[in-house]
Amino acid sequence: MAYSFPEEVLEHVFSFLSSDRDRNAVSLVCKSWYDIERWCRRRIFVGNCYAVSPEMVIRRFPELRAVEMKGKPHFADFNLVPEGWGAYAYPWIAAMAEAYPFLEEIKLKRMVVTDDTLELISKSCKNFKLLVLTSCEGFTTDGLASIAANCRHLRELDLRESEVEELSGHWLSHFPDSCTSLVSLNISCLGSEVSFSILERLVARSPNLRTLRLNRAVPLERLANLIRRAPQLVELGTGAYSAEIRSDTFSNLADAFSACKQLKALSGFWDVVPSYLPAMYSVCSGITSLNLSYAAIPSTDLVKLISQCQNLQRLWVMDYIEDSGLDVLAASCKDLQELRVFPSDPFGAEPNVSLTEQGLVSVSEGCPKLESVLYFCRQMSNAALIAIAKNRPNFIRFRLCIIDPQAPDYLTLEPLDAGFGAIVEKCKELRRLSMTGLLTDRVFKYIGSHAKKLEMLSIAFAGDSDLGLHHVLSGCDSLRKLEIRDCPFGDKALLANAAKLETMRSLWMSSCSVSFGACKLLAQKMPRLNVEVIDERGPPDSRPESCSVERVYVYRTVASRQRLDMPDFVWTLDEDSSLRYS
Amino acid sequence: MASASDCISQTGPGLKERNYFGFSDCSSVDRSTVSSAHLESKNNMNMKATELRLGLPGSQSPERDSDFSLLNSVKLDEKPLFPLAPSKDRICTLSQKTVASGNKRGFDDTVDGFSESKTTNFSEGNWMFNATGSDPGQAKLAGNVISIRPSGTQLAIKSEVPAKTLQESTNKIIGTNTANAPAAKAQVVGWPPIRSFRKNSLVTTSKTNDEVDGKPGPGALFVKVSMDGAPYLRKVDLRMYSAYKELSSALEKMFSCFTIGQCGPQGAPTRKMLSESKLRDLLHGSEYVLTYEDKDGDWMLVGDVPWEMFIASCKKLKIMKGSDAIGLGSSSYQVLLHFKAKKSLMYPCFVWDLAVYQCFYKESFRPDYGSDVPECFVLMSDISFICLLAFSCVFLECLLRLRLYLLFILNLDFLVEAQ
Repeated sequence: MAYSFPEEVLEHVFSFLSSDRDRNAVSLVCKSWYDIERWCRRRIFVGNCYAVSPEMVIRRFPELRAVEMKGKPHFADFNLVPEGWGAYAYPWIAAMAEAYPFLEEIKLKRMVVTDDTLELISKSCKNFKLLVLTSCEGFTTDGLASIAANCRHLRELDLRESEVEELSGHWLSHFPDSCTSLVSLNISCLGSEVSFSILERLVARSPNLRTLRLNRAVPLERLANLIRRAPQLVELGTGAYSAEIRSDTFSNLADAFSACKQLKALSGFWDVVPSYLPAMYSVCSGITSLNLSYAAIPSTDLVKLISQCQNLQRLWVMDYIEDSGLDVLAASCKDLQELRVFPSDPFGAEPNVSLTEQGLVSVSEGCPKLESVLYFCRQMSNAALIAIAKNRPNFIRFRLCIIDPQAPDYLTLEPLDAGFGAIVEKCKELRRLSMTGLLTDRVFKYIGSHAKKLEMLSIAFAGDSDLGLHHVLSGCDSLRKLEIRDCPFGDKALLANAAKLETMRSLWMSSCSVSFGACKLLAQKMPRLNVEVIDERGPPDSRPESCSVERVYVYRTVASRQRLDMPDFVWTLDEDSSLRYS
Repeated sequence: MASASDCISQTGPGLKERNYFGFSDCSSVDRSTVSSAHLESKNNMNMKATELRLGLPGSQSPERDSDFSLLNSVKLDEKPLFPLAPSKDRICTLSQKTVASGNKRGFDDTVDGFSESKTTNFSEGNWMFNATGSDPGQAKLAGNVISIRPSGTQLAIKSEVPAKTLQESTNKIIGTNTANAPAAKAQVVGWPPIRSFRKNSLVTTSKTNDEVDGKPGPGALFVKVSMDGAPYLRKVDLRMYSAYKELSSALEKMFSCFTIGQCGPQGAPTRKMLSESKLRDLLHGSEYVLTYEDKDGDWMLVGDVPWEMFIASCKKLKIMKGSDAIGLGSSSYQVLLHFKAKKSLMYPCFVWDLAVYQCFYKESFRPDYGSDVPECFVLMSDISFICLLAFSCVFLECLLRLRLYLLFILNLDFLVEAQ
């Protein structure tokens, strides 16, 4: 064809494509579309920082503005990945800082970020606007200070649940007085005090501030002042919600809250004194997201608060809410989409609150839009799960954790296969599933045959044999992430479904029965998979090949299989099929 | 565990168990030695480690060597479930519990020719001995355990049961590993799956709420441990330990790879881990001291305060070189490295050692004698040295004077040299 659209037109058309999948599809049409698309892609998401190398990314996408990356596997949150495994952000940032001087946004999850990294970002990217560090670690408040000081146009600084070494609370003062662009500030993970006057001044000179999440050290008395300076807030995270009960503090707080007409999300609430909760009632009707997962509030006060929030869409709460509270929730919040119930005493032997599977059943019955659940409880029954599945076939995420691993159906003492089977059968759109309890291979058969849209599956202490794993790997077509711990899965299923692993982002197996020989074989068979054997007992070839490895992490990669930052407890296969370790 | 291990070593067939529990290698059967003996024997038994399975119920492969099933079942729990030094107490109680239950059920099974009953009793946790969670497994365990108990029918059952176990251990066994007890529950790494941030918040919340109850704080308390010269950090859960000794032995094990590396091969076989005593010597020889950062950001020597206070205030741990640890701690009696001092306490020349060390190195450290040696001993030893010196001076003086007196007063000629 002699004529085609001029490139600028195509670029303009592509600029309306925001989803990465669409853009990837577009790149596959023809070479010229591939070229046009790669020059105009501005955002990129790398789900596994070792799946691709920075040079490859830079080569393909020369004009990026926003990078989002994930490092360690999900089970690193639960201390199953030893320290020092990897996921260092510095190599990526160093490469990108040079290649993308106009980089604006960086979002990292579960990566090790050092102060040098932060300093590099702040000094190289003149237009840097957004930094989100979720569950990251390795940096101190000095790094934050350099970000504050050098990023003139900083809009978002979000340190969600990261581990920050706090050398001083004065890093906030490094924000220059001329900095008025702040839109979002989340320091809830910091333990130490920050200077309140500096915080107040910062809040006062940021007219665009929409999200402010304070840390526990900010006392309730100071909260009113802060809120008053930012009545345009949309999301607020309080500090410690406790103070001596005084009427002037209370009325101050209530007035401040009532001035915030646009408040939609509340979080924080450490150390709550329930008498101060009514100060918030004026904003409750507009609240769509409520995070009370650190609040030890008795059920009655919780209920009073929740029944005020008719438009609630997301609720994170501790199990103090009990079944009675969940009944009230089901009755009053008909827009509820996401519910997370966390345990208040996960290591106690006996239940300390009366939260059972009944609560979840009533919520599933009463809330027609419920699609995402994370529920910690101590007992579960097949009947309840079947009822939940019947009530709510629109689940997208279903994560159930029974505190006692391998707990059976408490009524019939049978495995919970039937219950979870019903969940995957009825909920056809299920994308994420976490299972616990006594489970046999049968539940995996159900999953394999019904959960066709399942993308992420977490299994612990379940199954009887390799057949279970085989069902999952051969049946779940959309599976991207599979993480398994303490299950009796061995080599056979893994090797039989080796090709499937290339269609997934990653597979994590710890404390299973995968032998070292199988890992080697898998790595030999599949050159585009990186099979990392993570074993702290010493070199795997000092033990026989049929000996199980402690952990194995398999992920597809187009980068070199020998990452340079491997610690000495990680082994991968070298290119010439011999064992290699750093 | 001491009792069980003693029993093991007493019985004839128990010889095998004894070997791979590593008691023959260690001089003393104290907690840390036993736990590290596990580690050591693990690596000693390269062949036996073939059979090491980390799998759960029903995951026994046919080629498993039955004789080492007990070890395997114990070992396989150690690493994934107890990656840090397991307190022997817990293993002891649970093994006794299993013994009790095993006695009830497994014994009958084995005596009756080992019927393959599928009825699983969920209340009987077999958490510790994971691979044996199923009936045959339980029976097998019971079989081995029974052979330990002095109550007859040992040999026959022991040889019988494992054989049957192998044949019957197929993969259709339903796991029955319910957590045995609260103790076991708390020890599984990463369970329940709650992020550390939330766990730590829980701990502090419950501390403030439950201080009145006097209930011990729940949850894990992970702190980072770094070591001078080590390339990366480790994390330990302080709640796994109840005393300084346990913590220090766990850290010794964890960081042993670094100290060994530092000492270089020197002919030490890479496949074999050094024995416990060699390890201690290494650590002593390289002069490492354990320090921690408290809530105020100050670096203190570990061992100064009671354990509970230590847990409450410790934010980070660091294994420093002795030379870097000057000035830490507050006691004025700051002397030798902890281990050296501990040994020296037994020796009469202890105080001399101290004096020499202080003279030559011009440094002072606080000794970590452990919580069982009171401070007064340090005081006493110093005082005793001074007294000794003083006494010997006086004695010598007296002797000389006595000679003179005798010479003059008693006119004793024999005291004078021959003319």
